[in-house]
Amino acid sequence: MLHSPIDRVASATPPAIAARIRGLSDRAIAWLFVAPSIVLLLAINIFPLIWTIRLSFTNFRVNRPNAPIEFVGLRNYINILSDSDIWQSMQATAHFLIWTIVLQVLIGFSLAYLINKKFRGNDLWTTIIVLPMMLSPAVVGNFWTFLYQPQIGLFNYVVGFLTGNDPSSFSMIASTSLAPWAIVIVDTWMWTPFVMLICLAGLRSIPNSIYEAAECDRASKWRQFWTITIPLVLPFLMLAVLFRGIENFKMFDLVVQLTGGGPGSITELTSVNLKRAAFEQWRTGYASAYAVILFVTVFGLASIYVKALNKVKQR
Amino acid sequence: MSSYSVTEPSGRQKWFAGILVVVYAVITLLPLLWIIGTGFKSPEDAIAYPPKMVFQPTVEGYVNLFTTRTRVPEDQLKALGEPATWYDKLVRKEGVVITGASRFAERFCNSVIIGFGSTVLCITLGTAAAYAFSRFKVPLKDDLLFFILSTRMMPPIAVAIPIFLMFRSLGLSDTHAGMILLYTAVNLSLSVWLLKGFIDEIPIEYEEAALIDGYTRFQAFYKVVLPQAVTGIASTAIFCLIFAWNEYAFAVLLTSGNAQTAPPFIPTIIGVSGQDWPAVAAGATIFLVPVMVFTILLRKHLLRGITFGAVRK
Repeated sequence: MLHSPIDRVASATPPAIAARIRGLSDRAIAWLFVAPSIVLLLAINIFPLIWTIRLSFTNFRVNRPNAPIEFVGLRNYINILSDSDIWQSMQATAHFLIWTIVLQVLIGFSLAYLINKKFRGNDLWTTIIVLPMMLSPAVVGNFWTFLYQPQIGLFNYVVGFLTGNDPSSFSMIASTSLAPWAIVIVDTWMWTPFVMLICLAGLRSIPNSIYEAAECDRASKWRQFWTITIPLVLPFLMLAVLFRGIENFKMFDLVVQLTGGGPGSITELTSVNLKRAAFEQWRTGYASAYAVILFVTVFGLASIYVKALNKVKQR
Repeated sequence: MSSYSVTEPSGRQKWFAGILVVVYAVITLLPLLWIIGTGFKSPEDAIAYPPKMVFQPTVEGYVNLFTTRTRVPEDQLKALGEPATWYDKLVRKEGVVITGASRFAERFCNSVIIGFGSTVLCITLGTAAAYAFSRFKVPLKDDLLFFILSTRMMPPIAVAIPIFLMFRSLGLSDTHAGMILLYTAVNLSLSVWLLKGFIDEIPIEYEEAALIDGYTRFQAFYKVVLPQAVTGIASTAIFCLIFAWNEYAFAVLLTSGNAQTAPPFIPTIIGVSGQDWPAVAAGATIFLVPVMVFTILLRKHLLRGITFGAVRK
């Protein structure tokens, strides 16, 4: 029994409010709100993934729906891993990944460092630099084939003008030695701003007081750069590399439109190669196994990388 | 703040940095300006050597983009008499006449329908999920959030085959509804992560006050939280729209005509003699301009949007 007025108020208040909060419980609302998203992702991402894994053990072909589906075990996987074409496209992808990341990190960081000098009008120029990465890679890739035309293309003309070569003497997308660089250049043009923006956020997150303290200790500018700026920007830089790495591993639209994998198959990155197996040769089972290998690779590499990233962050 | 600071760059440094950045920006801008410029060139000017900086502007590229042309033999051309319309007049060279509309307008409409449709759906589902993740104790919250993010790592081609099969058996292949659902799923990770960040920033006290005032949870959500999150929702929506707008892999693999968007179409614009560059450039310009405008509007949220909220300015 409650006697004092305070006790009575204390016990009366909660039920009164609770009674006014009608409707669903928080728990029910949480489920109601989250469920549709999860269901959609399960239906359109996870279910297909599981289906891909299942198909990868069969000899199914989409263009022959009436042929009996045979279970072939690991044969698709063995065929893929012993196929020299696939190793060549893995190599092309690695080459593409390494060079785009190196160039984008170097140029992106330098740009961020310069923009951080807070000169007049830097907002405007930053916005202009950022434009390419918001555009459609397929449309942009297609137009770059025009810029790369020998003689009539702007790129060839400018390079010819600057180096004194005849602009019609080289074709970026028809030469086996230049074609890989043609896609590296366009990707760098499109995505350097991404690295730049992240580096800029990193640079702006460093408190001035650290530099002031270093100045008091008479640390040289060079020393400040290597012992303060670089370590503090590193986690941001690594995050940028992670995002670029995953995106470029999946790279499809730009390459398809720019070089179509050619000349020969010199720029045939794994996604392009996979598309050929799946949607041109219609070797569905084989392509599914290929897709699984790619997915495991990107997921594995990303997980290892994220562990390293977390270590750097904690330091 | 004192007038002298060790971290403030000197005037000379600013000047030097400014010049380098401007040079880079101009190099970046050049291909874009070239696209826009080529759209207003005549076919001869577009392939002139050396490349023409100054030219007589024409809308021929745009006419070619929206129409289909056929080459007509000399005698038939004479029989047709004077070109009836101004746009026919523009292309009546080399014996070419306009025979009808091209499919560009249709593809562009598909881009708009699928882009906006998936954005609306994505924002609806995303806001609800983000609110729940931000405010409630959802079981396995971190795992679910990571699961949502990980769906972004999959190469589109890796799931394209089963989606192709699935859509075919559900009657969704090459339909707007199918593509809207697909793009919603693709963009959902972005939407949930980004919106969760925005909603996390709204103080929880507002809702508590509303709850004490007698609102239900649901009322508190749409009367208090939604109005506060409206800027975040708007910028998330634009990011979803841009991603769906630019998507190419699924569009080219899973659609063939009815629901195909513009990115697979623009590169296929062929003139009478090979790729019709002014028309391609015109298509690209029409297609790129909205994105450029959005980019300028989004300046403040750009970083968040492209990194899924992992980095904040």
